[in-house]
Amino acid sequence: MITIHHLHKSFGKNHVLNGVDLSFDQPGITAVLGPNGSGKTTIIKSILGMVLPDEGIIKVQNEDIKGRWRYRNQIAYLPQIARFPENLTVAELLRMVKDLNTAITHDADLIEYFGLQEFLDKRLGNLSGGTRQKVNLVLTFMYDCPIIILDEPTAGLDPISLIRLKELINQQRMKGKTILITTHVMGLVEELADEVVFLLEGHIHFRGSLRKLKEQTGEGNVEKAIAKLLVTGH
Amino acid sequence: MFKILKYSFYDLIRSRWTYSYGGFYLLFTLSLLWLSNDLSKVVISLMNVVLLLCPLIATMFGVMVYYNSREFTELLLAQPVRRTSIFLGQYLGVAGSLSASWVIGVGVPFALYGVFGSPQAANFLMLLFVGVVLSFVFSAIAFFIALKNENRIKGFGLAILAWLFFAVIYDGLLLLSLSMLTEYPLEKFSLIASVLNPIDLSRILILLKLDVSALMGFTGAVFRKFLGTGLGMVVAFAVLLLWVVGPVVGIKRVAERKDF
Repeated sequence: MITIHHLHKSFGKNHVLNGVDLSFDQPGITAVLGPNGSGKTTIIKSILGMVLPDEGIIKVQNEDIKGRWRYRNQIAYLPQIARFPENLTVAELLRMVKDLNTAITHDADLIEYFGLQEFLDKRLGNLSGGTRQKVNLVLTFMYDCPIIILDEPTAGLDPISLIRLKELINQQRMKGKTILITTHVMGLVEELADEVVFLLEGHIHFRGSLRKLKEQTGEGNVEKAIAKLLVTGH
Repeated sequence: MFKILKYSFYDLIRSRWTYSYGGFYLLFTLSLLWLSNDLSKVVISLMNVVLLLCPLIATMFGVMVYYNSREFTELLLAQPVRRTSIFLGQYLGVAGSLSASWVIGVGVPFALYGVFGSPQAANFLMLLFVGVVLSFVFSAIAFFIALKNENRIKGFGLAILAWLFFAVIYDGLLLLSLSMLTEYPLEKFSLIASVLNPIDLSRILILLKLDVSALMGFTGAVFRKFLGTGLGMVVAFAVLLLWVVGPVVGIKRVAERKDF
C-alpha cells in the first residue's frame, strides 16, 4: 500500500510534480500513463526514495519513507534501462543482489522461465539488450514483494518473452499484489490494467478504470482515449 | 557497504584497464631496475612518475567508473541498502583496485630484486604507501566531482582540471608568488601552501624519508627546518590522511541529498 500526499518536486526551474495526491491501496494493476516529461518516473523514483521530494509525504505500508531504506524490501522495482557492471557474469550479479537482500527468492524458476540458463556464465557486457532486460526481469520478480513497480517493462523483449512477461504479471496480480506499470505501449495497458492514472504537467489529469476512461472520452480503444485526454488537457 | 565494495572490487579487478595499468607499472619498474642498480635512484625516478601518474589515473578512473555504473547504481538504490554505503562501497572498490594494481605492479619487481633485505626497504615502502594514498585521494576527488555533475563531459573536464591544478598549475603559482615576494618572510606561507596540495605533500614525505636535500625544493626544506624530519613526517602523514577524509565526507554528504 502506497499513499502519496501533496508531492512537489522541481528540478531547477522545471516543476515536474505540482502537489500530487495519489494512493494505491487496492490490489491490482495500475497503469501510470502520461506524455514524456509528465512526471511518471519522478513519482516512481520518489516512492523508491531515489528522488527526494521538495514537499509532501510518501508512506509505504503506512510508514513514512523519509530517511528510511529498509522499507525497500517491500518493493520490487524494474528500472527503465538495464545496464549492469560489464565484467560480472549473470550468476554473479544474481548472487550479489541476493547477498544484499537476503529474503527468499525464486530465481531458479525464473531463469528457466525466461530461458537464461545458457547465459549464466556469460559476462553482462556481452549480452544483447533483450537478454539484459530478461536478467532485469528475473532480478525484479525473484522476490516475493507486496508491491511491484515496472518502468517500461517491455523494452527490447521478443514476442515470446513478452507473452511470458504478461503471464508473469497476471500471476502476480492473482496473488493480490499492488502493481504499478508505466508504459507507452497501449496494447499492454488494454490487456493488463485494472486502472489508469493519467498524468499531465505534474497533475493527475485522470484516474479510473479502463471502462471509465473509454466512457469519459467516448472512444473505443485506449490509445485513442489517451490521445483525446491529451488534446482536451492542453 | 562491504558487500558492495566486494563486488565493485571484483568487477574492476577483472577489467582490462586495471590490468594494463598494473602491467605498465610492472614493465616500467622492471626496466628501471634493469637500467640502474642503485635502488634509491629507482625509488626517486618512480616517485616522479607516481606523483603525476597515480593522481591522473585515479582521477580518470574514478570519473569513468562513476558514470559507467550509473544505471547499476540505480538498481542498487532500489534495493534495501543505505545510500551512502552504495557510494562509499563503489569508491573503495575503485581506490582499492587502483592501489592493488600499483602495489603489485611496482612491488613484484622490487621484491624479486630483493628490496626487503636491503637498507632501501623502508624508503620503498614509503613510496608504495604514497602511491596508495594518492590513489585514494584522487579517486575520492573524482567521485565527488562526478556525483556533483550529471553532465559527463563537464564532470570529466572538471576532474581533469582538478588534477592539472594540483599536479602542475599549483606549483607554478606557488613559484611565481615566491619569486615575486622574495622580500618577505615566506616560510609560513609556503608551509601552508604545500599542505594544501596532496601531491606536494607526498613529494615532501618521500623526500624527507629519503633525506635527499638536493631534491627537496623550497617547501621541503622549510618543512624540515620548521618541523624537523620526524615531526615533519608525522604532520605530512596526518594531513595526507585528512586529504582522504575530506573528499570522502563530501561524497557522503552529496550522496545523501542527490536525486537519481
